[in-house]
Amino acid sequence: MSGYSKETLEKLIDGRLPWNDVKQIMSSFKDPDRFDKIIEILQEKVPWEERILLPLALHLYIVEKKDGTRVVKCDCGFEFGDYHKNWKMEALIYVRDTEEQMQEIYPPLMHSDPEVTVLREYYCPGCKTQLEVEAVPPGYPVIFDFQPDLEAFYRDWLGKEIKGGNNAGI
Amino acid sequence: MSKFLDKKGRFKDEYRPIGWDGMTLKEMLEISERLFSETSHYYGVKDFNLKNQDPIRYEKIFSKLRGGLVTARETAMNISASPIVQELGELCFALYSPEGDSVALSTGIIVHVHTMSDAIKFMIRNEYESNPRIQPGDIFSNNIPKIGDVHNADVQTIVPIFRENELVGWAGGVTHVMDIGASTPGNVPVGPISSYEDGLDLTANKIGENDIVYRDHEIRCEMGTRTPMFWKLDERCRIAGCHMIRDAVERVIRDEGIDAYKGFIREVIEDGRRSFINRIRELLIPGKYFAPVFGFIPLKGEAGLPDYAAIDILIHAPLELNVGSDGKINLSFDGTVKWGHHSFNCTPSAMQGALWVLLTQMVIPNDKINDGAYFATSHYFPPYTLANPVEKEAATGAAWVFLIPAFTGLVRSLSRGMFARGYVEEVMSSYATTANGLQGGGKDQYGNDIGMLSLEFSCVGGGARGVCDGLDYAAAMWNPEADMGDMEIWELIMPLLYLGRRVKPNTGGLGKYRGGSGFQSVYCIWKSEDLVMQNINDGGSYPSPGIFGGYPGASGYRHNVLDTDLLERFQQRMPYPIKEDDTADSEISKFCSGRHLFDNRTMNYPYRMRHSDLYYSPMNGAGGLGDPLERGPELIEKDLNGNFVLPRYAQRVYGAVTHQDEDGFWHVDARATERLRQEMREGRASRAMPVKEFITLEREKILSGDFRVEVKRMYNQSLELSTSWREWFLTFWDLPDDFRFTPTAESHGSSPDILRSGLRSGCRNTKAQE
Repeated sequence: MSGYSKETLEKLIDGRLPWNDVKQIMSSFKDPDRFDKIIEILQEKVPWEERILLPLALHLYIVEKKDGTRVVKCDCGFEFGDYHKNWKMEALIYVRDTEEQMQEIYPPLMHSDPEVTVLREYYCPGCKTQLEVEAVPPGYPVIFDFQPDLEAFYRDWLGKEIKGGNNAGI
Repeated sequence: MSKFLDKKGRFKDEYRPIGWDGMTLKEMLEISERLFSETSHYYGVKDFNLKNQDPIRYEKIFSKLRGGLVTARETAMNISASPIVQELGELCFALYSPEGDSVALSTGIIVHVHTMSDAIKFMIRNEYESNPRIQPGDIFSNNIPKIGDVHNADVQTIVPIFRENELVGWAGGVTHVMDIGASTPGNVPVGPISSYEDGLDLTANKIGENDIVYRDHEIRCEMGTRTPMFWKLDERCRIAGCHMIRDAVERVIRDEGIDAYKGFIREVIEDGRRSFINRIRELLIPGKYFAPVFGFIPLKGEAGLPDYAAIDILIHAPLELNVGSDGKINLSFDGTVKWGHHSFNCTPSAMQGALWVLLTQMVIPNDKINDGAYFATSHYFPPYTLANPVEKEAATGAAWVFLIPAFTGLVRSLSRGMFARGYVEEVMSSYATTANGLQGGGKDQYGNDIGMLSLEFSCVGGGARGVCDGLDYAAAMWNPEADMGDMEIWELIMPLLYLGRRVKPNTGGLGKYRGGSGFQSVYCIWKSEDLVMQNINDGGSYPSPGIFGGYPGASGYRHNVLDTDLLERFQQRMPYPIKEDDTADSEISKFCSGRHLFDNRTMNYPYRMRHSDLYYSPMNGAGGLGDPLERGPELIEKDLNGNFVLPRYAQRVYGAVTHQDEDGFWHVDARATERLRQEMREGRASRAMPVKEFITLEREKILSGDFRVEVKRMYNQSLELSTSWREWFLTFWDLPDDFRFTPTAESHGSSPDILRSGLRSGCRNTKAQE
């Protein structure tokens, strides 16, 4: 499988690729160089220098800082700290736990009973982007959605070492 | 002397083992399991002799078998008269090895490919070979989830395939039947509170021989279900499909030789196992994914249920997916709440079925699927929970009520991995749960008995995608070929007339990409005075959460009207309701008088409805993806002009400044929208607080126990049933080891006996408590 052009992939991740082309990509064998190309595209888009090791979610990346530490970073530049810890602990939170607050999002009766399920909105303290929404009963611990095994991914799956410095090992 | 042996101590011909090389099937299964345990390869296959030496022949054999299975499904479905099978394609077929491992499968509801494997292995382990015996021309049938099934209305037919006196495989077929004869009508009965009320029990029974169904079995089914005509034709559909598969296998053996066939079925399953692992390594990221999901079932005070069953239930399904560096995956539901006296309990077979149907749609969406994927995964479904009730008395008729929301977390977890890998086109938020379920029974418009569930809910919203909106009213997690069926066909079968069927706004979760929308149907009960009806949905929580900042799909609700003035409206040509776009300005309330049941009671024991009553069925939307303030203006215009979103929510949630032109089309002012969005982002900052501050405040609420009884009961059950979940919860909130929420009449129950019985203190006493 030959890879797609950077232009095609940029359109894909921006949601600008026509559906027929998206469908064609979905129906084809996967392009093994996708990860490297996506990292390259994303690296060009962000306004900072740190090397992206993994796209974690929309707007969020695991990056390697110059001192070798690896942190979760928003594309606005806000840093959430060590990627082994839940980035949400450094976020802002707004909890919808009344009918009035629910009805800002949903018509009457089409939302949860707020005594049973609340909505927790997590915002980036830097750009105020809504990064995740949890739908949980009151009293539920903050959910750590995804803890990637970065070392195993690079070493065992990509056959590369994560080394300090820009583009080292990739 | 044993009746099985002749005078020389050899097996008589009729009692000779039917496995390979003189073995019994049980011996073959034990060898298969031992070889996998010792070598980690299916049947110990390390080298692909056939595939490597003659790859074209290998592919030809696969294509012939796969073609036989797909042809069997397409032909057999026309034998059925049920719209569930014929219109919606609720059937599938598969071919199994002698030990019961799937080799290849048809299209269709492939959730069942592994459930039938469980049923075949049940027969082997229980030595059906010697009693009731397994012979050429035999027909077996099963519908018991504890043996191998999702819920009781998924009825399986299984036919052994022989070459001379040696069993070479099994053909299996499943259809979703109209009615299963449970204590309440329909095929996802919400009413049974023990397995003894789940309806007709087919415990992997032999139901025929010499290719002919036993008459006593047919009479039993005619007497035991409300829709015997549909039952009989569904059964003939399954049998015909199995026989077509048997013919296909016999042709392959004749063309390729028995040795090639035997070698092929071992290699193709091991090939499936390795392909699955490679696919995981290709698409995901190793690590730990956690996606708990909750569901609310409001049954408190339901007339018709005993006190211990008439309670509100908060489902907790803490799905954890671990992807190892070796590419193997483990799925755990440790921390799930206790099983209960309702029909929503899921057996491990059902859980594996759900895992299967999602993996085949998201990870291996091709025709080369078989039980190899099963051998590449492991799982933990904790005992005495909704994910593995253990107890024989646990009812399973509506297992989907737990199963469907529980697995939305798997979709989001896989999507996080695929997003990180760069495959954004595969990313998807939670699918919509397939509801509302319109279910009921009694007498139909022809005066006959009927039990019914409209499966038009197999077209709800698909999850928002990584690059676009989710599918609108065109998806069902359990059927890759979703279809809502023609209104005319449903009207022919059920005593209902459609007054309207159209898109239901604000059902899809809002986000940068919107969750697929549900639709709505308005019905008038027609020509039946003896009918009970119910709604099946979640009206208290969000079973389809969003991802990356998108909101969940909307919750369900009920709006049925009894003793209406619809007949008068029809006669006088007055307006009548065809939709309910906005609950704040209800067309049903405006255009229909009567006794309105307009509330969040979305799960009911069946209640009486009659000719000219109004039944409303709002279908669910799926989870959204991304911050709604990032939604493109052109997509917002599409939402408004397509009636997917009510105008006031475009402003409140999308931050869109809009206007309507003289032709009624909506337009977005991009500049004004960007200004409003900036204000809304600033508004977020002023109303939010740091998470660490929130944790301090929330901990105080936990210590004060100021939660609803259903919430406290959910926590206490998870704390009691899972050591690891308890440790996580107590550590997070810095609570003492013995912390429990203050027991209430319904919330405590620490003794193992109570956990096993499913009862709560203060409830009616039973043998298990004595």
